[in-house]
Amino acid sequence: MSRRNGVGYLAAFAVIGITVVPLLFVILGGFRTTAQINRASAGLPGPWVWDNYLEVLGSPYFWRLLGNSALIAVIATTLAVGFGSMAAFALSRYAFRGREAFYTLFTLGLLFPLGVATLPLYLWLRQLGLLENPLGVALPEAAFSLPITIVILRPFMNAIPVELEDAALLDGTAKLGFFWRILLPLSRPALATVSVLAFVSSWNFFLLPLLVFNDSTNFTLPLGVAMFQSEHSQDTAKILAFTALSMIPALTFFVLAERRMVGGLTGSVKG
Amino acid sequence: MSTATSARPLTAPSSHAPRAGGTPRRSRTRTRLELALLLAPGLVLFVGFVLVPIGVAAFYSLYSWNGFGPLTDFVGLDNYVDAFSGDVFQSAIAHNLIIAALTIIVQLPLSISLALLLNRKLRGRTFLRMVVFAPYVLSEAVTAVIWLLMLQPGGFVDQVLRGAGLGWAVQQWLADPKIVLYSLFVVITWKYIGFGVILLLAGLQGIPAELREAAALDGASSWQTTRHVVLPLLGPTIRVWIFLAVIGSLQLFDLVWIMTLGGPANASTTMATYLIDHGFKRYEFGFGSAVAVILFIICFTFALLYQRFALRRDTDGALTRAVN
Repeated sequence: MSRRNGVGYLAAFAVIGITVVPLLFVILGGFRTTAQINRASAGLPGPWVWDNYLEVLGSPYFWRLLGNSALIAVIATTLAVGFGSMAAFALSRYAFRGREAFYTLFTLGLLFPLGVATLPLYLWLRQLGLLENPLGVALPEAAFSLPITIVILRPFMNAIPVELEDAALLDGTAKLGFFWRILLPLSRPALATVSVLAFVSSWNFFLLPLLVFNDSTNFTLPLGVAMFQSEHSQDTAKILAFTALSMIPALTFFVLAERRMVGGLTGSVKG
Repeated sequence: MSTATSARPLTAPSSHAPRAGGTPRRSRTRTRLELALLLAPGLVLFVGFVLVPIGVAAFYSLYSWNGFGPLTDFVGLDNYVDAFSGDVFQSAIAHNLIIAALTIIVQLPLSISLALLLNRKLRGRTFLRMVVFAPYVLSEAVTAVIWLLMLQPGGFVDQVLRGAGLGWAVQQWLADPKIVLYSLFVVITWKYIGFGVILLLAGLQGIPAELREAAALDGASSWQTTRHVVLPLLGPTIRVWIFLAVIGSLQLFDLVWIMTLGGPANASTTMATYLIDHGFKRYEFGFGSAVAVILFIICFTFALLYQRFALRRDTDGALTRAVN
């Protein structure tokens, strides 16, 4: 047994190395000068330079992008989880003709991630006057997050015992009251999972903001990172600092949500 | 908060009616209203921003159109013929397929081993999980920029290889048309391996501990337990992962766009970068729409076939049946 664990620890170290080294390259690289990096890009900072990080943190541009990303992600997540849980409730706790057809319609959305529809979506948003508008990105993101939200929530809501519902109805609670006061609180683990998924996919999304925003003050963080890289291509250290700082929100959010995420996914895939 | 514990007398069981057959009309209308209220917002959003654009793309794809002015130049299926007969698009499809195949061959065994490892009671397991998942939460843009810098000629990767005495292995990672696709695949693996591990870990947690214990009691070695008990029960999760991985490979865009723009010499062009290149850089909106429709049809066909032949068993609960 202990020999097996020995192999396990060895594998674990290899995994940590491969995963963490690129991240350290970015974070530590931000503490060096471009000259240091050019001389030996695998080296450690010596001396440590704070200017890159301070400059990025001192520029209103970085904070502006952070705000844009946060605004869009919050709108997209709220809409996807709000509308998605309503639809999942209707599709799990009501019996009506066409229910499975509605469900199939939503699951169809799993087949076309946003990439496929971007080109016509762009033309459609232009027609709606939503270019250069945060809603132009948030609304489609919410729409494309709906399918996975419903697919995860429906079985979860289905599994909540009918007796609870009967008791609530007997008690004079309206069905919508049952949804709001009992079912939603009970669905919290699944709601956490779908919120994380919607938030992270919005936060990271690149293609749609790339097309919708031309004005760099509207950019989201991923767009900003890519643009920053191509505009400051000589200043490696600054790019690394900018990239390192833009990793922090996603990583923090993830550290806070990780445990809930695995928990909420259990049971969503039958098996 | 009105829970089940009510002091109110339960007058008539008929107040329980709504879910049964002969419902009074008032409550049926009410149910309809509730359903409309619950379903409408999601439906409007979904139809308006998912289905309409895809339908519209099919329409545009029949025209030669630069995105401005009226649609007048109807060309029928010419855009489709042009796309399929072009070398660049053919190789783009091939690149997507190579990535999809490599993903299954390389990432699947890797994800399963990592998930099994992380499911063991190792010290520091929580930390290890965090580390494995970390790249998955980073945006594609951040990942692309990190690796773009690390793979520069004479950059981090080259220096590490030289330092380890592997100087002969140094390549023009992103500039050599023969290598670029595989370099990108390594980055893709680094980025997405965590997703497979999350999914498989969730699947592993769904396997009752009693099953493993029973196998162990029967004298099965831990390898035998894994091979004959755990892996078959992970089947549904693995099949879902394969589905998502192939669809993801077919849609590949961000990493390629930022790292190589599909180059050098179209050696890393994917269907999606081809689409954006033509649609937005060259204002060939009709042609770009045709490519979008082709991409959609490829994904859709794969999904239908896969649903039909691989996923079907899973939808009616493979585990419950296996256990009972």
